[in-house]
Amino acid sequence: MPIADLKKTVTKSPIWKSVFRHDYKDTPRNRYLQVLSNVWLHLHPTKVSRHAVELRYTWGMGGISFFIFLVLTVTGVVLMFYYRPTDQYAYYDMKYLMNDVPFGAFIRNMHRWSAHAMVITVWLHMLRVFMTGSYKPPREFNWVIGVILLVLTLLLSFTGYMLPWDQLAMWAVTVGTNMARATPLLGHEGPLGPQIGMRPDNDIRFLLLGGTQVGPPALLRFYVLHCVFLPVAAGLLMIVHFWRIRKDGGISGPTGKL
Amino acid sequence: MHQLWAIVSKGDNIPIVIMLFLVAFYVAWALRQAFANDKSIAETAKLPVPDKVHVWPYLVRIEFLGAIAIMVIFTIWSIFINAPLEEPANPNRTPNPSKAPWYFLGLQEMLVYFDPWIAGVVLPSLIIVGLMLIPYIDTNPTGSGYYSFKQRKFAISTYLFGFTILWVSLIFVGTFLRGPGWYFFWPWVTWDPHKVVALTNVNLHEMFGIHSKLIAAFFGMIVVGGYYSLVPLFYFWKKKTIPTLQKMGLVRYAIVSFLFLTMMALPIKMILRWTLNIKYVWVTPWFNV
Ligand code: HEM
Repeated sequence: MPIADLKKTVTKSPIWKSVFRHDYKDTPRNRYLQVLSNVWLHLHPTKVSRHAVELRYTWGMGGISFFIFLVLTVTGVVLMFYYRPTDQYAYYDMKYLMNDVPFGAFIRNMHRWSAHAMVITVWLHMLRVFMTGSYKPPREFNWVIGVILLVLTLLLSFTGYMLPWDQLAMWAVTVGTNMARATPLLGHEGPLGPQIGMRPDNDIRFLLLGGTQVGPPALLRFYVLHCVFLPVAAGLLMIVHFWRIRKDGGISGPTGKL
Repeated sequence: MHQLWAIVSKGDNIPIVIMLFLVAFYVAWALRQAFANDKSIAETAKLPVPDKVHVWPYLVRIEFLGAIAIMVIFTIWSIFINAPLEEPANPNRTPNPSKAPWYFLGLQEMLVYFDPWIAGVVLPSLIIVGLMLIPYIDTNPTGSGYYSFKQRKFAISTYLFGFTILWVSLIFVGTFLRGPGWYFFWPWVTWDPHKVVALTNVNLHEMFGIHSKLIAAFFGMIVVGGYYSLVPLFYFWKKKTIPTLQKMGLVRYAIVSFLFLTMMALPIKMILRWTLNIKYVWVTPWFNV
């Protein structure tokens, strides 16, 4: 049989064997190797509790949140090719994306809707973790990391909201950052703020915006936070989050003790 | 109606509508499983311990299908609905109402009932810190790894109250029922940008006929202080008879009651405002509560 021979020649060749470490036959050993020898899959253990693959237990919400984060990273990088975070260009780059760039509107839409969706899926993930008591020992610290991830998710969404530089963006961020004025001690309208010398041009809101109102410096600040600082921080914490799931004994489940 | 539809169908508000359904669905699903587990624990005093399965293929295939499903949904969504892009940013034209992004509308809604330093700074910080503290203040060892209700009545009711009533439904109010001037409009009422509501708010001490500023400040301090200290007193009174209290210890108990009372301060103040038009319960020259 020439085809079978050909297959054998190919799969036994040094090149093939240098790429694929094991054959595909469905044996327990290969099932382990499939996970262990693959850099992407070895985020997983080789075996998990049956409970962990039941959708009605985890709802898959953590995994979905992570996948949406990946979608956002890819679409976000594409958007960065077309976007300049300055007063002069930002809005018109958006117009250009929406009207002239091939698939520009599609990519922007996907980035926007995924961002909203991620906020929701993270809330739902948290709801299931709470309802299953999965924050209890030994998983206390992973819950804390989760809360930081939640805050980062909201901040990512919030800083991104500003970037189109339209009326919606500018005023939503104005409303949001006006709160900072009222910070006790650190804001110029907060309790005891004025008494210790806080003014509109030296308080915590000024630090956040780089000015006394939402203007071009704020746009640049939010851009850098949105595209560099926050995604890197969230990515690093997700690595810790996933690592801890395994170190804490895998996905929680009934242990026999009630 | 027409206007309600205009708000609901705004691109950025579609996720909120979806969220309302999803939250209802998942809360119901969680509780259903919780009650089923409660029942089987009551009947057999155990839950089966699951065995292990290979990740390849049993987990990887779910992840693969899940990823495809999400991509299909997002692709269709992105083809049919465009992300909003309004007029260029203009610092001289303030839209009315100006709204924060939807996920912060619960916080913006709290501004009706508390001053910005509380609603915008203190409460959000306490929400974050409080959430982080949950694993350390909840000493109940049961109910980990399965849905349950009976074993964790207080924890689950408090969380669900906070999440569904105080967070999700305030987002709903902020998005759909707040119009120009952040005034409340029923869905069938047209937003009138010239709506004026007579300010009839009073402060708590005025209702008690106190006029001196100094006395008012002390009065407020006693009211707020009393609110926060009643529950801790309960600890000393009942410590001997309720074992859970002893197990928690004073520090944990104090933190739990502080966070719980702070959370409940929001609905209390909402009700005080709706029924008695009360604006502040504690007025001082530097801050008001
Ligand atoms: C960016 C956001 C997040 C991502 C990508 C993420 C991802 C994940 C994934 C993939 C899992 C595996 C099990 C599952 O899917 O349910 C998980 C578990 C877990 N997550 Fe998250 N998570 C995030 C946010 C959070 C938040 C906000 C919390 C809670 C405050 C949290 C707490 C936990 C805990 C305690 C576990 C272990 C659950 C168990 O063992 O049953 N995570 N997370």
